[in-house]
Amino acid sequence: MGEDKFDVIIVGGGLAGLTAGIVLAEQGLEVLLIERGDYCGSKNVTGGRLYGHSLEKVIPGFAEEAPIERVIKKERISLMTEDTSVDIGITSKKFSTEPENTSYSVLRAKFDRWLEGKAEEAGVMLVQGIRVDHVLTDEDGKVIGIDAAEEEMYADCVILADGVNSLLAQELGMKKELEPDQVAVGAKEVIKLGEEVINERFGVQSGEGVAWMAAGDPTAGGFGGGFLYTNKDSVSIGVVATLSDIGYSDISVPNLVDRFKEHPAIAPLLEGGETEEYAAHLVSEDGIYMVPELYRDGVLVVGDAAGLVVNLGFTVRGMDFAIESGRLAAETILKAHEMRDYSAKMLSAYEKALEDSFVFRDMRAYKGFPALTANRMIYKNLPETADEIVTKLFTVDGKQDPDLVSFLLQSLLGMASPAQLLGLAGTALESL
Amino acid sequence: MKRMAIENKLALNVFHTEDNDPHIEIDKEYANEEEIRKVVLACPAECYKYIDGKVTFSHLGCLECGTCRVLSHGKLVKSWNHPFGSVGVLYRQG
Ligand SMILES: Cc1cc2nc3c(=O)[nH]c(=O)nc-3n(C[C@H](O)[C@H](O)[C@H](O)COP(=O)(O)OP(=O)(O)OC[C@H]3O[C@@H](n4cnc5c(N)ncnc54)[C@H](O)[C@@H]3O)c2cc1C
Ligand code: SF4
Repeated sequence: MGEDKFDVIIVGGGLAGLTAGIVLAEQGLEVLLIERGDYCGSKNVTGGRLYGHSLEKVIPGFAEEAPIERVIKKERISLMTEDTSVDIGITSKKFSTEPENTSYSVLRAKFDRWLEGKAEEAGVMLVQGIRVDHVLTDEDGKVIGIDAAEEEMYADCVILADGVNSLLAQELGMKKELEPDQVAVGAKEVIKLGEEVINERFGVQSGEGVAWMAAGDPTAGGFGGGFLYTNKDSVSIGVVATLSDIGYSDISVPNLVDRFKEHPAIAPLLEGGETEEYAAHLVSEDGIYMVPELYRDGVLVVGDAAGLVVNLGFTVRGMDFAIESGRLAAETILKAHEMRDYSAKMLSAYEKALEDSFVFRDMRAYKGFPALTANRMIYKNLPETADEIVTKLFTVDGKQDPDLVSFLLQSLLGMASPAQLLGLAGTALESL
Repeated sequence: MKRMAIENKLALNVFHTEDNDPHIEIDKEYANEEEIRKVVLACPAECYKYIDGKVTFSHLGCLECGTCRVLSHGKLVKSWNHPFGSVGVLYRQG
């Protein structure tokens, strides 16, 4: 191999790119990873929860050394109106019992930086603080390298792991510009509270934490939701709002975050806290429908760049998909390297591998979900009705309507016609 | 917790700013109010302001999320790129 040609160039040092780099370098390939931030993770934002199973395959027992925040042991889902929060709380010994089924709260600037160290150990050559400006192709359209800060670098294969705003996949024509109904903007704060305070307020032990998702008031009835994850000594709290529904209310995205923090169910939990950071990032929401072309001659697309996310309302998954797709892309390239064949035909094994993995299986299983979640009932009518019912049920002031059953029925019918309810149940079942 | 102004929140972040790299360019003459309203409401860093019928934009404080591009590419937003390497926001939590 010539000095200036690598086996593989990876663009983007998020979870997808770093995982691909580790798998490739461990098998002795010469890998160059280029990240535009000063360190891996410096540009990356997530809500909070990493399902550990896919990283377990690459780095068994990773949680023992990685900077994870807390093991998620409690789930909470809420329907919120401005005044009220109707919650389902689940505490179970069955959550997070072994590495394969454990989920962790994480902070990406810390976590990705740790994984960057692992990639370096494996032999990945890292270049940071450089933006890749273009992908280079030959006259047949085969990808042969990249152009970064006016320097050209060549490789047998390029992996695009450049995240949701993959301008490079767009430039190649593999991916279309994102549409406002395909993505949501997430805005979040990390608020420092102290480990003991978190343990007390959230009813958890050190090392254990809560994942909390809320619909309704967090987005002022617009499509999206609020989230809160407990970290070691801070919480990650924020709002995700689907772009096509912004403007449904007059409240700006930064104000949605403030309102959510001030909600009566949230505010007491944050009392005395200090905001450490304010971040924002897009999250893909259109599931399998937004997966672009995944391979061409000499190039593969992984992680968020490939739209590999499912947002189910009660949980978001993108990180475990990013890691798995990085690994599967690397394994495809290892075979291609053996055969000295980086043609689209050879690299199509990557799509097949995704198809056979949990990534496409789960994305297909939930493909009915965007339609279900794009239903105004869930964000507006349902929280309002839940509020009305519980308020009536739990308020005793000697004045309430004694005919509670009739009231509840009325509320339900006021929310939706029986046909609508049946329709909604049908969509929900289809998506399971 | 007391409500913080967006400037104060953004001041908590680390930014490497580069005045010569306005990685986002807008069409200052753009006049569709409904379109402008959406971008102003959506930008998590309040980089867009609409005052007295005029839209203004500053890339300082931009969190590089891509929201304005997706909402209004080819309309209010003329061009959008990631900032140069190492420039822009530098998350320490993420
Ligand atoms: C608010 C929010 C909440 C979420 N919650 C969850 C959750 O709880 N659980 C979950 O599993 N997922 C969640 N997700 C999704 C998850 O964060 C993503 O799916 C995941 O981060 C994707 O990883 P990635 O490596 O593909 O991309 P990224 O982490 O975005 O990495 C892309 C990298 O490429 C670099 N880059 C981009 N362009 C260039 C260029 N031209 N040159 C050089 N470098 C470049 C970037 O700097 C970045 O480091 C959430 C997302 C958001 C926004
Ligand atoms: S990229 Fe995001 S933060 Fe930056 S100006 Fe656009 S919407 Fe605002």
